[in-house]
Amino acid sequence: MAEDFRTCPVTGFKVHLPAEKLIKVNAVTAVVALLVGAIMALLVALTRWETVHLLRPMDYYKFVTLHGWNMLGFWIIFFEVAVLYFAGAVMLNSRLASPKLGWVAYALMLIGALGTNITVLTNPAKNAIMFTSYVPLKATPGYYLSVILFAVGALIAVFNFLATLYIARKEKTYKGSLPLVVFGALTAAIIAVSTLLFGAAALVPTLLWSMGIAPTWDALTYRIVFWAFGHPSQQINVAAMIAIWYLLAYLTVGGTTISEKFSRLAFLFYILFINIASAHHLLVDPGVSSAWKIWNTSYAMYLAVLASMMHAFAVPAAIEVAQRKKGLNRGLFEWLWKAPWKNPSFSALVLSIIVFGFLGGISGVIQGTEQLNIRFHNTLAVPGHFHGTVAGGTTLAFMGITYYVLPLIFRREIVGKSLAVYQPWIFGIGIALVSIGMQGAGLYGVPRRHADITSFGGSGFAFEYDPTAYFWLAVLGIGGMLAFLGALLFALIAVATLIKGRRL
Amino acid sequence: MSVAPPEGVWWNQKVPKEEKLWVTIAILWAIVMFVMMPLWHIYGKQNPSTETYKVTPEEYVKLTKEFIEKYKVGEENGVPVVEPPPGSDVYFLGRQFSWDPVIKLKKGETYRLHISSADVLHGFSVYPMNINFMVIPGYDYVLTVTPTEAGEYRVVCNEYCGPGHQFMVGKIIVE
Repeated sequence: MAEDFRTCPVTGFKVHLPAEKLIKVNAVTAVVALLVGAIMALLVALTRWETVHLLRPMDYYKFVTLHGWNMLGFWIIFFEVAVLYFAGAVMLNSRLASPKLGWVAYALMLIGALGTNITVLTNPAKNAIMFTSYVPLKATPGYYLSVILFAVGALIAVFNFLATLYIARKEKTYKGSLPLVVFGALTAAIIAVSTLLFGAAALVPTLLWSMGIAPTWDALTYRIVFWAFGHPSQQINVAAMIAIWYLLAYLTVGGTTISEKFSRLAFLFYILFINIASAHHLLVDPGVSSAWKIWNTSYAMYLAVLASMMHAFAVPAAIEVAQRKKGLNRGLFEWLWKAPWKNPSFSALVLSIIVFGFLGGISGVIQGTEQLNIRFHNTLAVPGHFHGTVAGGTTLAFMGITYYVLPLIFRREIVGKSLAVYQPWIFGIGIALVSIGMQGAGLYGVPRRHADITSFGGSGFAFEYDPTAYFWLAVLGIGGMLAFLGALLFALIAVATLIKGRRL
Repeated sequence: MSVAPPEGVWWNQKVPKEEKLWVTIAILWAIVMFVMMPLWHIYGKQNPSTETYKVTPEEYVKLTKEFIEKYKVGEENGVPVVEPPPGSDVYFLGRQFSWDPVIKLKKGETYRLHISSADVLHGFSVYPMNINFMVIPGYDYVLTVTPTEAGEYRVVCNEYCGPGHQFMVGKIIVE
């Protein structure tokens, strides 16, 4: 029905209004989750900074668990659902397959997210079992049920996106192949389907076990199945983030990949090779062979890393070529110096690429080596790695695109534009310090998820770590405060824009 | 344009020579890294052990108990101290929230160090060397160990194992 559409005056897209509503509500929920997660992040970071050591152990475990869920789960995935609806419906000028199903998915995800927070907050002794909940450590059925509801909701949203692609093709709302950004979103969706099915395979029997219906799992088998869900769930984020990189390169400087074939092949590599990356979680486990570890943790000869290397070339190349076409050809770097640095989306894009690649990507390849993993497994260096990839890279990319979503989808002029210019820098530098501080402390053996590395709860065997470790923990604490400020500023700008921004 | 369908068939598009060069370098580097892992596995001296046996938590607790009774030489903080002979099987047990026993080893001698759990997952992290292994109930993980430096080492649990996780510190002494 034509009355269900409006035409965007800036991009020319035909915007399906029911899809737009779903994009809005998912994006707003994501930002709320980010704010909640950021407050918890501050508490946790100030606990790991041993000079401050803010929280008592039970509170620390509670907030580490929920910080993980609210950030890695709810902020990122609600936002990704918004991205999928945008890529599927808006970018293809199509209607969303089923707005009703979109609301069902949203309701399930919301109930799941609230349920997870409530069960952990009210019963931390039982339910604060961390993002990686390994059997036979048992939570209450309510916790597993909440997580499953969230995942089922996310899966329905993914199928809604896939159905939208089918409809758009059938109704011929676009010609030829999918646009690159939609191709990237489809990559994320394909990885999401396989990931969420493994999630069901891990968590549904665990729910039944916690209810006393099913027998307990073999602990090692559980780890293998769990990580077929756990790590690929982060690869969804990588694919979505890179789709956003291409979108931002286009929106900020008008750049596009210099070779569609090159960029699309790189996305295909993700689908084919990235899921076996989950094996690197078992590098120092008993019971799995070295050959299995080496083949799988190298992502089958690093072909998934190769894909990231290809995007890492293609996205900056897209920016450079677009800038040079504008005549910015003096010297090697005029195109870079004269880039739109006052546009927070551009600085967010550049910081996202740098933090993701140099802090997250490199540390991931190092830690995923069979022999080196002995020195990193379960130390703070591991969260150091993913605070580079997902907390730094993905979050910055999503922040960057939000500065376009606000005027184009919510149709509000951004409030506090002058502050927004600095926001990606405050968050980006903060999260980089968090990642560096964690990796530094990890090298000295400081464990992750540990409430008290100074007195060990009064254990007779308490000892002190190398003084350098405490320096790195201070870097983590200070970086955490800075990143918190950046996230807070982002949320404030977004909320103020929604309430007070001039209608466009 | 990234936001519009590509012109023509993207599969037939030409890849520019800069990107070909870049991807060639990246592939070569990927091969170097891939080859390094098996090579290091054969020639290097830092590889995770793969020697594993199935064992029930009850059996493993019993094995540890017998081991402690046989070689006990004292007690520290209520935890038995054992001094097994060189070359012997050493049983080390993680449970919520302690490590049993305190082990005394001799520098330069080789031992078969078994690690496993009586209840949930634990992490075996030796300080100050920063060597980390998973401790999984149902699996007896055997590490062949030759301490090269005398001193007192701590074993910290680095896999969250419940509300008393932070208490879980153990000790290995090398003389």
